[in-house]
Amino acid sequence: MDATLLARIQFAANISFHILFPTITIALGWVLLFFKLRFNATGDDKWMDAYRFWVKVFALSFAMGVVSGITMSFQFGTNWPGFMERVGNIAGPLLAYEVLTAFFLEATFLSIMLFGFRRVPGWVHTGATLLVAFGTTMSAFWILVLNSWMHTPVGFEMRDGVAHATDWWAILLNPSMPYRLAHMLTASALTVAFLLAGLSAWRWLRGDRAPSVLATLRTGVTMAAVLAPMQLFIGDAHGLNTLEHQPAKVAAMEANWQTRGHVPLVLFAWPDEAARENRFEIAIPSVASLILRHSFDGVVPGLDDFRGKHPPVAPVFFAFRVMVGTGVLMIGLGLVSAFLLWRRGALPRLLLWGLVGMTFSGWVATLAGWYVTEIGRQPWLVTGVLTTAQAAGPVPAGSIGATLAMYLTLYVLLLAAYVATIYRLAARGRLADAVPGSAMPVPKVATP
Amino acid sequence: MTPFISAEWLPIVFAALMAVSILLYVVLDGFDLGVGLLLPRVAEEADRDRMIAAIGPFWDANETWLVLGVGLLLVAFPAAHGLILTQLYLAVALMLAGLILRGVAFEFRAKAGNVREKRRWDHAFVGGSLLAALSQGWMLGRYILGFAEGPAAYAFAAMAAGGLAIAYAFIGAAWLIWRTEGDLQRRAIAWARQAIWPMGLGILLVSAVTPLVSDRIFERWFAFPELLLLAPLPIATAALLLAIANLLKHMPLPDDALRRLPFWGAVALFALFFAGLAWSFFPFVVPDRLTIWQAASAPESLSIILAGAVFVLPVILAYTVLAWRVFGGKARDLTYY
Ligand code: HDD
Ligand code: HEM
Ligand code: HEM
Repeated sequence: MDATLLARIQFAANISFHILFPTITIALGWVLLFFKLRFNATGDDKWMDAYRFWVKVFALSFAMGVVSGITMSFQFGTNWPGFMERVGNIAGPLLAYEVLTAFFLEATFLSIMLFGFRRVPGWVHTGATLLVAFGTTMSAFWILVLNSWMHTPVGFEMRDGVAHATDWWAILLNPSMPYRLAHMLTASALTVAFLLAGLSAWRWLRGDRAPSVLATLRTGVTMAAVLAPMQLFIGDAHGLNTLEHQPAKVAAMEANWQTRGHVPLVLFAWPDEAARENRFEIAIPSVASLILRHSFDGVVPGLDDFRGKHPPVAPVFFAFRVMVGTGVLMIGLGLVSAFLLWRRGALPRLLLWGLVGMTFSGWVATLAGWYVTEIGRQPWLVTGVLTTAQAAGPVPAGSIGATLAMYLTLYVLLLAAYVATIYRLAARGRLADAVPGSAMPVPKVATP
Repeated sequence: MTPFISAEWLPIVFAALMAVSILLYVVLDGFDLGVGLLLPRVAEEADRDRMIAAIGPFWDANETWLVLGVGLLLVAFPAAHGLILTQLYLAVALMLAGLILRGVAFEFRAKAGNVREKRRWDHAFVGGSLLAALSQGWMLGRYILGFAEGPAAYAFAAMAAGGLAIAYAFIGAAWLIWRTEGDLQRRAIAWARQAIWPMGLGILLVSAVTPLVSDRIFERWFAFPELLLLAPLPIATAALLLAIANLLKHMPLPDDALRRLPFWGAVALFALFFAGLAWSFFPFVVPDRLTIWQAASAPESLSIILAGAVFVLPVILAYTVLAWRVFGGKARDLTYY
């Protein structure tokens, strides 16, 4: 395999591993703040129990996010030296602001949030929780500004082959940023919603009837019911915006080969790039035109207009269906569960098992979504400015292959340990730690 | 944004900022990694927990200085960043694997289901710390020789790797002297005593080799007025080493007096050594290949970062001080809420 392909696989593997954890920490930070505020307001111990359990999940996810993030910050230099040389004047300040405004904030207040409960006054602890949540969101903002700029670059000029910023506001508010930010933050919230609901349902099914279990189940299910439908609209708007700026990507998402009206919505197909047509197509006539142009005969650009310059079709097409399919499942399950839970105060076993099955569904949809976006940008790294091949470095394929194998081994082991640990924490529930000396007793917190 | 500092000076300012972040990283994560290296010396569960508790609230923020240091290299000197990181590709990957293992082991060991499993994460913690320390030292060695190849260069890099690991163990022990008490503190004092002279030897060797490999650096140190101006550097280093060694001989003192001193002494040693290196290499970011002016980003981009840094760094400093105060004093058991 050639070095550039390996470097791409390595980068994709590393960032895919990384994003799993920010996806959880971004929204879970705010959920923890919610638990803390509920406790402060009601004095009800169940909120503090919920906080105590989920803060451990948060701490674990955060550590995984930090260490894999450190890897990411080296990957630009090790795998894509051409990237910083060409667009460093724009990427640089954005990354620097992320470190300055987000990483230090998160890292410092995290320790107060995790270990400071009995060392600082209550309001400082609540404040630390707020700042950590704010920090994760800030870091999502900066990195998404950069990523969006790579998709829809504006506010710069090329001088001697190097991009120079001319308008920072335009760069910050680049055309795809608001959509990507909204979609990603909602994706994070949905991931956490199903994590909360799934783990709580699992505890419930195992007979753990602690009040905090029901409280977190309700929180998760309510979040899902509100946000999953919202995500459909945000995603739709995102897609329309992409149609304007990266039509080839949308053509690949829809596996639409010819520019025409009455484009059908392809439910399933096997896109065949050699023959430039779909096999085994199952489609609803004219609906893609309706979604993308709001009329049945709306003309939508097809892949043939971008011959040789469009992304690989099949991965984008399938990843898009995985994401939207998961989204539709989330909407259905979220609405039904919320309705039953609020009406009857409990959920039938079947539905509980459904929620258990969806525990990590947010990860699936998020990864699929990123694959749509990122593979859909190929062959460009920065649309119209820099191709992925141009950014590759001189590292020999052997070194990349060896380190890739190392990373993958590490990631598989850590992921297994992560999931196992979360389930063990859930199984242990409110019990104190079994291991002597790991110092996590459960003191009774005085109610104010 | 129009540059508010002349384009001539901006790269110097950024080189200084980068140097400070890297120094802070080496000192701060150095003590974390050092504690990791010392962990296998202790068998009792409670003492191990105490050692981990002594660094638990700090390591994450400490590691962030690495992100800033590399980030500044990346953003201010993109050409050098690509060159250095592709040269050090394998060592960087190993360091990252080490940092990954070390960082997650903290969390996993606290949540382990049984003692056996906890021990397994302890191994990951120690192995990760060792791997990170050695690969950082290796990178330092390779960097000093301008990425020269060949057996001699690799031998030098291997020596730097060992030297840095010992230095980390030393500053880790010094941190434990400050942050622990009783038997554990006494053992930390013994570790510091063991590590100090090997560390001195490492400093000596690296300092001796650096001017030998480059005529330019030789000129820098042994030309005339410079020699006089620079003489305080090695003299202060030697004096500090002697003073700390002497202090360690008498520790622990009644009332735990001077418990902070070995740590701050170690910090001073690291800083002196670093200043010497910086003097040798300035104005090159890649030894003898790229100067900071050749490698720098556009002045407009550097100015906009600097504007932010001027605002934000004091704030970072303020809340770092807050965290150090909250977690000041002797390490207690870490409880999660
Ligand atoms: C949408 C969100 C998002 C995305 C796309 C990325 N990150 Fe990230 N990153 C976060 C959201 C985040 C976070 C929520 O802020 C994390 C996760 C856990 C944490 O500590 O902060 C984080 C941690 C984190 C850290 C450790 C920070 C620390 O020491 O506290 C680094 C160095 C990076 N990231 C770097 C990157 C790079 C170079 C990326 C792109 C190539 C990237 N991240 C993509
Ligand atoms: C966080 C979620 C993300 C995921 C899961 C993700 C995933 C991917 C994948 C799968 C590719 C490979 C596409 C291909 O080569 O066919 C890719 C490419 C790339 N992405 Fe992302 N990405 C994410 C975010 C980002 C961000 C935030 C940035 C930069 C700020 C970024 C920068 C890049 C670069 C430089 C490439 C080109 C290298 C390559 O083709 O592999 N990505 N990404
Ligand atoms: C329900 C219907 C959904 C629609 C119509 C939709 C639409 C889209 C579109 C069009 C893109 C590509 C954006 C681009 O052009 O680059 C995208 C990307 C993405 N989607 Fe979705 N999406 C949906 C559901 C979800 C769900 C449920 C999640 C996760 C829980 C999710 C997570 C993502 C992520 C992380 C990305 C990549 C980042 C970005 O570009 O925003 N999506 N989505």
